[in-house]
Amino acid sequence: MRRPQQPNPTEVFSSTRVRSAVELIGNTPLVRLRSITRDLPPKVEVYAKLEYFNPGGSVKDRAAWQMVRDAIADGRLTDDKTLIDSTSGNTGVAYAMIGAALGLSVSLVMPENVSQARKDIARAYGTHIIFSDPMESSDGAIRLVRQLVAEDKASGANRYFYPNQYANPGNPKAHYLTTAPEIWEQTGGRVTHFVTGLGTSGTIMGTGRRLKAYNPDIQVIGAQPTDSFHGLEGWKHMESSIQPQIFHPGELDDMLYIDTDDGWDMTERLAREEGIFVGHSGGGSLVAALEVASQLEEGVVVTLFPDHADRYTN
Amino acid sequence: MAVTVRIPTPLRKFTDDQAEVQADGANVGEVLSFVGEKHPGLAERIFDGKGKVRRFVNLFANDEDVRFLDNLDTELQDGDELSIVPAIAGGR
Repeated sequence: MRRPQQPNPTEVFSSTRVRSAVELIGNTPLVRLRSITRDLPPKVEVYAKLEYFNPGGSVKDRAAWQMVRDAIADGRLTDDKTLIDSTSGNTGVAYAMIGAALGLSVSLVMPENVSQARKDIARAYGTHIIFSDPMESSDGAIRLVRQLVAEDKASGANRYFYPNQYANPGNPKAHYLTTAPEIWEQTGGRVTHFVTGLGTSGTIMGTGRRLKAYNPDIQVIGAQPTDSFHGLEGWKHMESSIQPQIFHPGELDDMLYIDTDDGWDMTERLAREEGIFVGHSGGGSLVAALEVASQLEEGVVVTLFPDHADRYTN
Repeated sequence: MAVTVRIPTPLRKFTDDQAEVQADGANVGEVLSFVGEKHPGLAERIFDGKGKVRRFVNLFANDEDVRFLDNLDTELQDGDELSIVPAIAGGR
């Protein structure tokens, strides 16, 4: 019998008091995965950043907050405007949460087939939802929001602020300024590999760029679904999609292709074996991270779990 | 029996970019076999190696999820619509 590992009872946790929900964005915990990695060499460590600790429940709080802050700072976003963007969920929830906290009006375009839970969450924050064709995936939502923004501009109304997370430098910048320094500090500068899935690619571009500034030897590895028809929510099959302008594949050291079923199976294992229940994108990222880790003799591999499974259960 | 099958964007590369194709069959399984034979590549995306519908693929017979009907045995009538929809939307 293996004795269950006990948390260290002498460790001191500090509590936090803040002035606004947005101040809780970032500073998420990094957790070592010990059970699921038991077959790896002892000098190979695998860690995951638990992004569901953000107040909006996902990694997207970081990018949304940076884009909103930048826009308020340079006058693109004023309180007479409505923030509008296309999103299949997490970014929308982030905009909705931040909008509510700051008193800003938010409209979201999303494909009709996003989970009911996501729609309910966005609406709870007082967000207006516009549905796009479920048969056209996220690209359909992008096309519709562009059309709405163009019509708004053409009419002279100019009532929208469109952050466009696929092209907004604030998206990777958020990770450059927060995610990467957190990982660097939480691993005591020992991180050797950063592996995560691609959606807008903001997480990997920004985090990767900063980690390489700390230490150019750090390997930054992206993951994509094997096919454009897949079930890893939040991920994008780049070759067959509208390419995000912030995506610069040349900055990545490698790209892995993950099968939906493997990602789903890993998600279930994570819950059962580590007590960490995340969305399928997290399971997919871990498949990729373990693929990288299994080829090492020694190393500190960090991945990131974008959100919690609660978001997908009705 | 002619049923209209709605094809999602990521699978249209197998249907010459058609958003809808016509198919024959008395139930969902038969209709999918029909379109699978007519459009090589489609069947492997919808079914796994054991011939089961992949977990992330939703099939709607006239807007009803076939999981709440008779799955592949769900009967279809002339003029009915079958939609193949990934459980997710992609992108974030």
